Formats: sequence, structure tokens, C-alpha cells
Amino acid sequence: MERHFDTSLRELKEQLVVMASWVERAIEEATQGLQLSSLERLENVYELEKKINQSHMSVDSACLKLLALQQPLATDLRLIFAIIKINTDLERMGDQAVNISRNAREYIQAPPMKPLIDLPIMFQEVRQMVGVALDSFVKSNENLARDVLQRDDRVDALKNKIFKDTLEHLKTHADQIEQGLTLILIARNLERIGDHSTNIAEDVIFALTGEDVRHASQAATIKNVLKSSS
Amino acid sequence: MNPNSILEVKDLHAWFGSIEVVKGISMVALEHTVTAMIGPSGCGKSTFIRCLNRLHEESPGARATGQVLLENRDIYEKKVDPVSIRRRVGMVFQKPNPFPSMSIFDNVVAGLRLAGVRRSSTLKEIVEHSLQAAALWDEVKDKLHALGTSLSGGQQQRLCIARALAVEPKVLLMDEPTSALDPISTGKIEELLTELRKKVTVIIVTHNMQQAARISDQTAFFLSGELIEFGETSQVFTAPKKEQTERYITGRFG
Ligand SMILES: Nc1ncnc2c1ncn2[C@@H]1O[C@H](COP(=O)(O)OP(=O)(O)O)[C@@H](O)[C@H]1O
Ligand SMILES: [Mg+2]
Repeated sequence: MERHFDTSLRELKEQLVVMASWVERAIEEATQGLQLSSLERLENVYELEKKINQSHMSVDSACLKLLALQQPLATDLRLIFAIIKINTDLERMGDQAVNISRNAREYIQAPPMKPLIDLPIMFQEVRQMVGVALDSFVKSNENLARDVLQRDDRVDALKNKIFKDTLEHLKTHADQIEQGLTLILIARNLERIGDHSTNIAEDVIFALTGEDVRHASQAATIKNVLKSSS
Repeated sequence: MNPNSILEVKDLHAWFGSIEVVKGISMVALEHTVTAMIGPSGCGKSTFIRCLNRLHEESPGARATGQVLLENRDIYEKKVDPVSIRRRVGMVFQKPNPFPSMSIFDNVVAGLRLAGVRRSSTLKEIVEHSLQAAALWDEVKDKLHALGTSLSGGQQQRLCIARALAVEPKVLLMDEPTSALDPISTGKIEELLTELRKKVTVIIVTHNMQQAARISDQTAFFLSGELIEFGETSQVFTAPKKEQTERYITGRFG
């Protein structure tokens, strides 16, 4: 028996999936624009972000309406709660894509610095992380969501490496300080996108199981530290 | 056992003739809490709460087994007088049922008079006190001698609550007390419950999921005479442990 509520939920989920595809495109255009030095592709990000913002508002108001009219409970409630939060994460990811696009524009217009090595790897990692997070939502798949949580450390490590190597490089190339900072900013933008993917994965796990896994790794780390020091 | 437990039910069964409608329920209600009972019609909620003040056995062919410890004493012990139990465990029904030929005043003190309280200053005091507690005093203080039945439905229900409170019960059972009321009267009774719980322990049957979620501390989900899930209300409504509870509260039942 399909409830009226199920139809509304399905439509809402579809809307969020379309929005997510724009977010993925925006990240793609921003990163490709930098790698291919294409201003045109960087420009595409702005159009996508406009659409993402529109969708952000319309998903929110649809959720609000469902909460008011259907007063969902249990899994229904957890799903709507997750959708509201994922919606916000997607919008922020769109903002970060715009930031990357802006920074990339500066970067490619300045004199070339050094070949990019780790950044393309980080692009790849983050795009996959975003993809898996969104997949976990679309397929309601807890394992995929947990996979995303594992990937976060790799992205952080890449960001740290880019920070360190760039600073090292700047020690002997003081004239490239602006490009270097821009690179660091881009790595930071990417890391934030990774964090939003983690949030999405955590929301998916909560929606599916009722388990709040946020800050769990932090607790585990503290536990391990305590264990190894005793 | 928990020191704050006021009502503890142990393996309670209830029958109408040969048909078992309550099938071995155990649960505990702590002092000053509200417990909501939810579940589809006919699952035994009313029968269950009617066992908690020995009202069930008044129906023809009805009987119950098991223990109901009220402040640690089993109300089903042989020498216990059911009437004395009903004073300590009050009840409010779905349809407001003030005594038809009695004034507001007399309705409130009916139970006390039965118990032999005669002093008019005491009765007056209790009437004011009980009507205050039922959030009805301001509306009726100038017409205490009007008929109880002359009040609106919502007021009549609060009058019944005042009547139940007048004998200072420990536990108040409420069987769908707002299902015949409009949203404003319902809201008043829900508000009242948050005050009442300071004095009594409340067990309330409700068909309104949102009402259960708003007013209760624990929620018990009944199905076919069995207690399927019993837990903290916030847990039951956000992440129920049992599939049947999930299906019922999300309207996927049947
Ligand atoms: N007086 C009665 N005589 C015989 N059967 C009854 C009587 N009252 C209720 N029942 C039956 O007992 C079962 C439980 O009823 P009840 O406790 O009123 O359920 P609920 O309050 O959950 O709707 C139902 O199957 C109902 O038909
Ligand atoms: Mg009933």
C-alpha cells in the first residue's frame, strides 16, 4: 500500500538527486577548468550554482510543507531530517565549487608556478567521495555511506601534503607567493567539499539506522590514544 | 525495583469470557511521569488500563490474572477492596460523563461524599483546589451550582478530571480523553497534563500519535493484546526498535 506521503517523499528525493547532479557538475567544471586552464569551464560553475541555490530553497520549502502537513515519525521523520541537512550540505558544496572556480581563475591567469601533482589526485579523491556519498543516499545503502567516512582521512592527508609542499616550494620561490596561496586555498575548498560529503554519509546512516555516527571517529581516536599511552 | 516506581504491572492477563484480550503484560510507570498507550483499535488498551484500577472485573464474564503493584502492594490481593483502589487510581473516559443531575460543585465532591467527607468548609476548599488543578476554576467559579452538563464538552471533560483529582489519587488513567474534543479544548487538556504530572502519575490511551509524542515520557505500543514496544517516547517516535511499531506509527499498517 503506497501512502500519499511516499509519493511526496519520492518526489522530494528526486528533486534532491537532480540538485546533487548539478553539484557534481559544478565540482567537475571547477576542477577541470583549473586543470585545462579553461576560463569557459570555470564560468559554467556560476550558472550551476544559481540552479543549486534555487533548488536549495525549493527543497527546504517542500520539507517544511511535509513536516507541517504529514507530521512524519520514525524512518519518515529521520529521512526528512536527513534530506534537510543534505540539502544544506549540497548548497555549501556548490559555494565551494564557486570558490574553487574563483581561485582557479586567479591561478591560471598568473605566471605558471609548477606542475600540479597532488592536486589532481585530490580532485579525483574528492569527486569519488562526493559520488559515493550521493550514491549511498540514492540507493539507501549504509555500506556505501560508511565507505565515505573512511575516505575522509585520505583527503585530509592530501590536503596536508599540498600545504606542506607548497610552503616548502615558496621558501625558494618567494615571487610565487600569490599562486602558492591560491593553491592552498583550493586544497582547502576541496577539503571542505570532502567534509560535506562526510556529513551527507553520516545523515544517510542516521536516516537508515537511527544511529548517530558523528564524532564517533573522534571518540575512537581518543580511546586509541588513551590505550596506547597506558 | 526502582524506588520511584509507583505502578508495576507483572504478567497481566485479561479475558472476556474465554477470549484473552490482554496477554501477559509487564511494565513499570515511575512517579510523576506520563505514559502513553498507543495501538490499533481493539488491541486491548482500554481493557489493560481498566485492569489497573480493577474496573475490568465489573464487566460480565471478565477476569484478570497477574499482579499490579501500586506503591508496592498488589491491588489484586484477596483482601483488597476494589473501591479503595479506584480512589487511588482515578479514571477519565473518552466521553465526558459528569453526573447528569448534579451541579458542578456536587460533581467534584461526589467521590468524597461517598467516602464520608461531610464538612462543608473542607469540601469547598477541595472543590476550588481540584477545579484549579483541572484548569477550570476561572471559568466556573461564579456558577458552581449550575448543572455539570450545562458546560461545553471540553469543560465537562475538565470537570471529570477535577472530579477524579478531588480524591487525591496517585495515578490517573485516561482513556482517549480528548478524542471527542475540538483542538482548543484538546490543547487545554494537554497543557493541563504537564501540570498534573507534578501531582499524579498519568497513563493515557490516545489514538493521536502527535499527542502521544507531545505529552508523554514513555510510550507503550500494544498490538493484539501484547506489549510490542515500551520505551522513552522520543526514542519510540524517532527510532522505534520494532518493525511493527515502525509500521504502525508511520501509517504503513495492514
Ligand atoms: N465488554 C466486552 N465484552 C466482550 N469483549 C469485549 C468487551 N470490551 C472489549 N472487548 C473486546 O476486547 C478486545 C480489546 O478491546 P479494548 O480493550 O476495548 O481495545 P482498545 O481499547 O485497544 O480499542 C477487543 O477485541 C474487543 O472487541
Ligand atoms: Mg479503547
